[in-house]
Amino acid sequence: MTEEEFFLSSHPASLEEPQRLGMVVSGSLSEGLEVKLDGSVSVEAVRSGRLVAVQGQNQRFLGQITDVRLAAIDRLLTVTPPDVADPFIAQVVTGTSTYGILKVIQSLALSSSGIEEAKTIPGHFSAVTEASAADVEMAYGTEDARHFYIGNPLDMEVHLHLDLKRLVERSSGVFGKSGTGKTFLTRILLVGILQKADAVNLVFDMHDEYGWEGSQEGGARVKGLKQLFPDQVAVFTLDEESSRRRGVSTDFVVQIGYDEIEPEDMATLRETLNLTERGLDAIYELGEKYGRNWLNTFFQEDNRTLQEALGERAEVAIGTLRALRLSLNRLKSLHFLVPHAQDDSVKRVLTLLDARKNVVLEFGRYRDNSEAQVLVANLLTRRIHEHYVKRKESARGDQEGPVPLVITIEEAHKFLSPQVASQTTFGTIAREMRKYNVTLLVVDQRPSGIDPEVMSQIGTKLACLLDNEADIEAVLAGTPAKGELKKVLSKLGSKQQALVLGHAVPMPIAFDVRDYGTPQSYAELGFGSWELKQKAQSNISDLYGD
Amino acid sequence: MPEHIGEVIAAATTEFQVQVYELHNTPPLGSLVKTADGDVKIYALVAAAETGSIDPGRQPIARGQEETDEADLFHHHPQLSQLLRTTFRALVLGHTTQSLLRHYLPPRPARVHGFVYLCPPEEIREFSQPLDFLHPLISVPGQDEIIAAFLRRAASTYLEPETFLLGAGKELAILLADQPQRLNALLKRIKP
Ligand SMILES: Nc1ncnc2c1ncn2[C@@H]1O[C@H](COP(=O)(O)OP(=O)(O)O)[C@@H](O)[C@H]1O
Ligand SMILES: [Mg+2]
Repeated sequence: MTEEEFFLSSHPASLEEPQRLGMVVSGSLSEGLEVKLDGSVSVEAVRSGRLVAVQGQNQRFLGQITDVRLAAIDRLLTVTPPDVADPFIAQVVTGTSTYGILKVIQSLALSSSGIEEAKTIPGHFSAVTEASAADVEMAYGTEDARHFYIGNPLDMEVHLHLDLKRLVERSSGVFGKSGTGKTFLTRILLVGILQKADAVNLVFDMHDEYGWEGSQEGGARVKGLKQLFPDQVAVFTLDEESSRRRGVSTDFVVQIGYDEIEPEDMATLRETLNLTERGLDAIYELGEKYGRNWLNTFFQEDNRTLQEALGERAEVAIGTLRALRLSLNRLKSLHFLVPHAQDDSVKRVLTLLDARKNVVLEFGRYRDNSEAQVLVANLLTRRIHEHYVKRKESARGDQEGPVPLVITIEEAHKFLSPQVASQTTFGTIAREMRKYNVTLLVVDQRPSGIDPEVMSQIGTKLACLLDNEADIEAVLAGTPAKGELKKVLSKLGSKQQALVLGHAVPMPIAFDVRDYGTPQSYAELGFGSWELKQKAQSNISDLYGD
Repeated sequence: MPEHIGEVIAAATTEFQVQVYELHNTPPLGSLVKTADGDVKIYALVAAAETGSIDPGRQPIARGQEETDEADLFHHHPQLSQLLRTTFRALVLGHTTQSLLRHYLPPRPARVHGFVYLCPPEEIREFSQPLDFLHPLISVPGQDEIIAAFLRRAASTYLEPETFLLGAGKELAILLADQPQRLNALLKRIKP
């Protein structure tokens, strides 16, 4: 290596001096800093969400621009504006008599001893610059065994990494309006979790987007998990026909026996099936009387016989049974339901999860069928959760219990609305955090529809653009500097941009989500530079035996 | 040392009066001149020049009716150039002590009969950076014409006159924030 090459390799281009933006003119710890923009920096060139660094006397602070505002040095100037039609005059007054003010929330202090939450603020006139690549890497980590590249901080070239082990320590959520890139971002997270979180995924893939392939705007196909990681992913389907038609290779066809459905499962279907209070009571009575066979018996016998049989225990009106039959008959259109399933799908799923295989369940033709979604997701999750609880509790103190499981669920409000969250296993999982090694990754376009108590248990939130006030409020509830982050959130791009906040990041940060769907993106996803290096290293060890 | 163009005939702390040796031959408005007081060099801006009778009691009278050419008039009345004189007011902007430039008033006024020199371009350029001298100039009203003249002149000594004028404009914009109309007028006078 020549001296010049050495110099170049140790000074990558990304480490060039970050641009100076302005200086601190006022501020407080609770409300953030006001920064006067230098005249040479165009107000239009800075945008909310961008990461900045403030050089204090002893510490370096990292913060985020949350607002940009115009100010004039004197009020008179706004009344008698300078003749800005003259380009010279326009150039003179920008940054002097008129100038930009940046609102910056500063959240981290970097010093030689590491990073910590900022507990003070930089002094007057401290210089504010764009955050450097080194700042970002110091705060958010570099590619390694647990950090995964998820995108680039707004307007920056450097990679932003998420600590995925931390991510799966608690439930997390991906939110955003329809079409903002939730599914794409979730797919990226799943790929990351699969590789780096030391956890296994179960994905309820309501719209067939994660397993074999998904689609892109314009109709092009993108690869699903199975195509990228064939050995580590199993695809289950509820609808073999649709899978076959689409040419998707699935590993298992799920069948659920009537005898696997428990009265509790019906409670979660109350709304979708229009069950009355009495109807539900009757179901519990049937359950008491016939055990596992309650639904089979219900479908085999007529109302009179059932009424008589139940009569020993409780009075059930014939009208109630009639109404119930109307509701439950709808289950017959779900072809994955059979009187008795040959194969125990839940057990299969569990066996795979235990073997660290990731499972994606496709819904096929049931993509818009709420009954199917709610029934299957709840039933599977309930049984898997029971299993995890048992395993964890029987694990002795020094054992770790089962492999941590992340359950991904789209349209989460269907399972976690305030009306049902207290009854569904999803609600339980969210509330008990990761006590039993199970956490959720909820994906939803209407976070305000999710039980606030559940939202408050979500550790890490990744929010794409939201414009409904209630949804923004729901995502940011309980976050410090909520008001400031609101501005950032409502100004995100209409797709492929997100704000991440919470447990897995030292401070909230807005970023451009990395690309997914190009051949290059697949190559990078599977074998990030870090993995490549690791691989090369082990190859070398193999060769030379050291 | 270049030739001196005149000498101080009256001096105060903030300004001095200069009589030029050659009648009518004042340096242009806004020129930078200097005079020395021992080791101290005093810098000043050429403002308000005038030509008039040496004897304040006697007004010049018109004599050229018979002449066809103005120059002939002085030729036929050689005493005229002795009776008339050209003077200008110079606003003190700064000085040097121990050869360091200071953008504020010298400890003593200029010396009467001190020689006055026109500053060469390099010296103008040196003097015009930083722009601190603008502050005292601006605070006295009625001198905007001179300020603009000086800035234009100073700009011409730079390789990139626009950059200098932009910087000066920005300085003025801050100093004159509360007087937008004055600022506007001034900026129009200095724009490249
Ligand atoms: N990370 C990304 N890489 C490439 N394209 C993206 C990305 N994020 C979003 N898109 C584009 O935006 C469209 C909508 O994204 P999608 O994830 O389906 O939105 P949502 O799930 O929020 O409705 C995609 O079809 C794709 O074209
Ligand atoms: Mg989607």
